[in-house]
Order: sequence, then structure tokens, then C-alpha cells
Amino acid sequence: MAPCQAERSTVMVVVSTAVDLARVQFAMTSLYHFLFVPLTLGLAPLVAVMQTLWYRSGDEAWLRLTRFFGTLLLINFAIGVATGLVQEFQFGMNWSVYSEYVGDVFGAPLAIEGLAAFFLEATFLGLWIFGWNRLSRGVHLATIWLVALGTWLSALFIMVANSWMQRPVGSTVTDDRAELTSVWELLTNRFAIWAIAHVILVGLTTAAMVIFGVSCWHLLRRRNMDLFRRAAKLALIVAVPVSAVNLWLGSHLGIVVTDYQPMKIASTEAQWDTCQPCAFSLFQIGGFSTDDQTPSFDIEIPRVLSFLATGSFSGAVQGMNPLQSDYEQRYGPGNYVPPVRTTYWSMRIMAYVGTLIFLVAALGAFLYWRGRLDRTRWFLWLGVLSIPLPWVSALAGWVLTEVGRQPWIVFGLLKTADANSPSVSAWTIGLSIGVLATLYVALAVVDFVLMRRYATTDPPELAGEGGEEALPAAGY
Amino acid sequence: MDLQIFWFCLIAFLWAGYFLLEGFDFGVGMLLPFVPRDERERGVMFETIGPLWDGNEVWLVVAGAATFAAFPAWYATMFSGFYLALVLVLFFLIIRVVSFEWREKSESPVWREIWMWANTVGSFGAALIWGIGLSSLLYGLPIDSDGDFTGNLLDLFRPYTVAAGVAVVLLFAFHGATFLTLRTAGDLSERAAAAARRLAIPAAAVGALAVAWTVAVAIDRNDKNLFPSILPAVLGIAALVLAAYFVFARRSRAAFTATALGTVLLVATLFTSLYPRVMVSSTDFTNSLTIDGASSSHYALAVMTVVALIMAPIVLLYQGWTYYVFRHRLGGDEHRADPVELVARKTGA
Repeated sequence: MAPCQAERSTVMVVVSTAVDLARVQFAMTSLYHFLFVPLTLGLAPLVAVMQTLWYRSGDEAWLRLTRFFGTLLLINFAIGVATGLVQEFQFGMNWSVYSEYVGDVFGAPLAIEGLAAFFLEATFLGLWIFGWNRLSRGVHLATIWLVALGTWLSALFIMVANSWMQRPVGSTVTDDRAELTSVWELLTNRFAIWAIAHVILVGLTTAAMVIFGVSCWHLLRRRNMDLFRRAAKLALIVAVPVSAVNLWLGSHLGIVVTDYQPMKIASTEAQWDTCQPCAFSLFQIGGFSTDDQTPSFDIEIPRVLSFLATGSFSGAVQGMNPLQSDYEQRYGPGNYVPPVRTTYWSMRIMAYVGTLIFLVAALGAFLYWRGRLDRTRWFLWLGVLSIPLPWVSALAGWVLTEVGRQPWIVFGLLKTADANSPSVSAWTIGLSIGVLATLYVALAVVDFVLMRRYATTDPPELAGEGGEEALPAAGY
Repeated sequence: MDLQIFWFCLIAFLWAGYFLLEGFDFGVGMLLPFVPRDERERGVMFETIGPLWDGNEVWLVVAGAATFAAFPAWYATMFSGFYLALVLVLFFLIIRVVSFEWREKSESPVWREIWMWANTVGSFGAALIWGIGLSSLLYGLPIDSDGDFTGNLLDLFRPYTVAAGVAVVLLFAFHGATFLTLRTAGDLSERAAAAARRLAIPAAAVGALAVAWTVAVAIDRNDKNLFPSILPAVLGIAALVLAAYFVFARRSRAAFTATALGTVLLVATLFTSLYPRVMVSSTDFTNSLTIDGASSSHYALAVMTVVALIMAPIVLLYQGWTYYVFRHRLGGDEHRADPVELVARKTGA
């Protein structure tokens, strides 16, 4: 008995190492990919807006801004395309059981994404970059809008696919694999609708904060003041309402999650026992594991968790302990509690930083409105330093979404630990992590250097043909 | 028509489109260190494919996604089985993708040299591995009765598959040279034509060998008859021979058409030889993955068929239009210009 058990545990260790490495690779490549996605999602439409303003007014300041931020879009886009390939391939590479199990349902939005979105953005981006002197102004303007449409459609289909993993609808399980039964239910998944809106607003917030931060930097240098005052204004017009609406949207998504994944909410709130009404924990030390369910220190706001999770200040929130026994009855023995500390803090980082973004944008709008923006140097510095904030918030949001779904890869249907590729050994995954990590770090360094260089140089000059007007007069 | 056959054909079509379009992009990439004389000509070469490569690469992305959606078991076994080969492909594709946008972001000669080589190495490596990988589907890989891959990276390397990989590399280089001859002007076009002449015989010979070998492998290892694989094979070999002829006859338009046809027919021969299987098992022939065994349900295929029938013509239309917009020869007096430069030029600034 004893040797047999030892052998079994060795096998278990090997297998779990492969799954764990596959998880590490997925986390690494997905989070890295999502460094580039939100900026593209937001910057493409905002560059399109700038070009539209030029097209309609003929004001060359907007042309210069279009070219300036368009360059940042392109540097960012290239690496987004490159890392997107990894995303598509690794489902089959690392998660072959998952791929075979879900392909019938999950594959459809991916294939449609390729046909409807990737072709659109890739083709029209080529036309936009190289079409300046080949296309009429109107047609050329249309190309950047089609690029923006492509990026949004792409986000739409990806979120449809991901939302099915969160809440599998429109499908049934036969012969040990999922089959699509209603594409309409798949597309109108209540989870997907909120998640799509959330992600697109994340993209707009990210791009707006980047435009704002870069503009602040130029205003600090007191160069091209007229240009970057306009860019800052456009960014604030977007950032203030969008980041505010997104705070509400995100919290509403929490209510949707409560309906379908009560365990994710319970874990996010480190709520071990069912409560009613429930206080929201702002900060706590301890209370993150089954052995240690009571925090040694915490700061709470009464009734707020009830509101965030259910929409009512007196709503009940199920705890992890009753859910665990409930799930054991429904799905068999196992641990159904996600990593509590990770979900708890990722939610708070997302929400706190999201709020901070709104406050920075709102203060910026106030200063702009009072005409004090370019004289308030400490705030301009704050604007520059705020550039990374949307990424911090968005990546924390993805960690919450994906880690909070564990142990499931498809909620209620398939566990992550059962979904990896049986034919791929741990060392193979380790090797590919090594290759990709090295490559990704190198790309990140180059990307950062290029982005910084192009974000801090002066926008291209337009000599002649009313060009003087486009140039800011000295000491404006 | 049976939807499974439709999706098998569509995936073959997507790979053929990828080889046809990205084929000349890869070819141009491989010729970068050899054909241009200076940095300006290198820039012109980049520009011939600059507006097009990204849209061309989507053919691969869609081929992969269509395989995932229509034949999940094929996608699962192929992508997990080709693991290390795909890591290499990703490496090559990534360094190549970023090279397009990043190369021109600095004037430094070393910087430009690095990204030119990234493009060349990426093009060469990706072409080689796709040739080896796709031909391995037919040659057979160790696949057990669960449909799981049980081999390692070395199982992909067989005399036939390596010959197919080399053939794809040579064909793409040849195809890139005929493309470049058409898309450039003056001296650069002359030198591209010279490169095409140098590549014509080896590319046509190795290409024809790979095509013929594919038919033989299909008969030997995939239980196929001479017919129908022989049809695209004969046409493909004819196209390659004609391509070589047109190159020496200095008929650049016909030469490009012929290399395009040769590339497409190579893919057609492979997929015709593969049908009705998608991955042959070398462990036990009965373990081979088939269209029927690997496919999605009828409903999922029907939904995607509707989408594909609506979207594919639209995509072909606007991609075709892109090629029309960028039909002009480059590298003569004219060079890339945008309003900023145009205005500057007008005023002599």
C-alpha cells in the first residue's frame, strides 16, 4: 500500500507541475497581451476622432495630433498582433483537453472574430498607414474608423468566448464535450453584454489617460501648448464620464457575477459565512484561508457589500463554507474555493485604482475648466505619473475574473486541472515559458523605449499651406 | 454539401491563401539581405509588402481559428503535438511582425540591420516549419488510440517532410522574387528579376519533387489512389515549370501568376492527399484523425457556414481593393510620402 501511494503521489506531482506551468504560461502571455490590447481599443477610435476633427475643420493642429498619437498606436499595435498569435495557438498547445471539449462552442466566436474583426483591422490599418497620399481624405478617414470598428468587434467576440467560460449558455454537454445549441444565447449571454461594455470602456479610459498624461508632459515642457491643450481637453472629455460609468459598470458586473458565480464573489470578499446585510471590507489582514477565516484586523463599511453584490443594501451574500458543501454535493468532492487572498486584493486594486483614475480625470477637468491646467505643475506631473494606472486596474481585473473562476476552466463543466495537454511534459512547457519570457521582456524594453521616445518628441511640423497657423506662437 | 467537407475545403483554402499571400511576404523578407543595394532600396522592399503583410497573416489566424471551431480534435492534437515547433514558429513570426513597425523608428544603421535580419530569419524559419509541419500531417505522427500525440519534436523531421519544408522555403523565395519584380521599378526590379532567375531552377525542381513525393506518400501511407491527388500535383508541377520558363522569358506578370499557382497547387495537392483524414497516425493507421471523427456538431458548423458565406466575399472584396490601391510600382523616383512630407516637399523644406 505504502509504495503504491508514494508512486501515485509522484505521478500527481508531475501532472500538477505540468498544469501549473501551463497556468503560469497562460497568465504570463495573457496579461502581457493585455498590456497592448486596451490601448489599441481606445487609441484607435480616439485617433479616428482626431482625424475626423481635422477632416471637418481643416485645422492642421488635429492632423498633427492624429499623426503624433497615430505613431503611438502603430508601435503598440504591432506588438499586440504579435502576442495575439500566442493567445490563439496556446489553447491547443497547452490545453488540448479543453480545446477538444469546448471547440464546438468556444471556437465559433474565435473563428468569427478572425473573419469579421481581424481581417478588418489588419487590412484597413495597412491602408491607413500607407494610404495618406493614395486615398481621398474621406476614404482615408473611413479606414481608421474601420480599424477602430475591427478592434471593438474583436473585443466583442473574445468577451463572448470568455463569458461562456464564466457562464456556459447556449450549449449542452454530450459525449463528454460541449456542443453549441443556440448561437443567439451565446451572443446575448448576460455576462458577455456587461463584460464587453466594461472592456471597451477600459480601453477608452486607458487611451484617454495616456493621451492626457503625454499631453501633461508636453505642457510641462511648455512646448506645443496649443496642440496639447486640445489633446488634454479631448482626453478629459472622454476620461471623466467613461471612467465614472465604468466604475458603475464594473460594480454592476459584480451583481451579475453574484447570480452565476456566487463563489467568486464570496472569495473576492473573503466572506466565509453567509451574511445579511453584509459589510464591505476595505482592508484586512488575515482571514484568507480555511484555517484562518477571521481577519485579525479589518476596516469595514456596513451594508455596502450587500449593495455591491445584490443591488440592495439588505441583500444576502452566500459564504464560501456553505457554497463549498453545496458544490461538493453538486459536483463531487474537491476544493471549490479560489485563492482568496488573490481575488480579495485583485478586486480592491482594480476598484481603488479605478476610482483614483476617475479622481485624477475629474480634478484635471476642474482645472481645465478654471483655465489653470497648464499652470498647475504638480497636477501635470500627477497626470504623467497616472499613465500606468489604467493598466494596473485592468490587469487586476483580469486576475480577478480568471483566478476567481478557479478551480473551473469552464464554470461547472470542466476543471482547469483536467484540461491541459496530456502529451506535453512539464519541461517542454518550461522551455517555452523560457523562450517566450525572454522574448517578451526584450519586446517590452524596446516597446517602452520607442513609446517614450515618440511620446516625448515634438509632433511632426507642417510647413507651408497654412502651416504657420498650426504652429503655436511662442509664449502663447 | 456535407458541412464537414465544406469546412475541410475552407481550411485548405485558408492555408492556400496564406501560402499565396504571405508566401511572397516571406519571400521578400528572405531576399532582404541579398537583393537591395542600399538602405533606400531596402526601405522600398519593405514598402512593397508594408501595407499588405498584416492582412495576409490573418489568413493564418483564421485558418487556426477555423480548425479550432470546426475540428476541435484536430486542433487539439495538432497544436499540442507540434508544441515545440509552434514555439519556434511563434518566435519567428513575432520577431518578424515587430520588425515591420519598429525598423523605421530609428535611423541607426545597426538598429535597421537588426530588424532587417529579424524579418529575414523570421520569414525563413516560419516558412520552413510550416512546410515541415503541414507535410507531417500527411506523413504521419505517433498518435495513440485516444487521438493524443505521443512523439516529440524529432518525429516531425523525416526526409519527405524536410524536403517539403525546403521546397516551401525555395518556393516562397522564388514567389517573393517574381512579386518584387512586378512591384518595383528600375534597377531594383532588374535585380529582383535576376534573383528570380537564380531561384527558378532550384525552386521549380525541389517544388516539383515535393509535390510528386506528396502523391507517393499519400498512396503509401494514407491509403489513397493516384487519383485525385495527381490532378493538382500535375497542374502544380506544370505551373512551376512554366514559372521558370516565364522568368527566363522575362515575362514578369506571367511568372508571378505561375509562382502563385504553383504555391496554391502545392497546398491543394497536400490537402487532397490528406482527405478524408486530417492527421495520419504512424502508430496505427486506424488511430488517424478523420474529418468525421474530429469535427464539431452540425449546428455549430451550420452557424459558422452562414457567417463564412457572408464574411468571406466581403473580406476578399476589400483585400482585393487594397491590392488595387497599392498596385503602383515602387522605387523609381516616387517614394513613400504622406501629407507632412508632401507639404514639406512642395515648399522645399
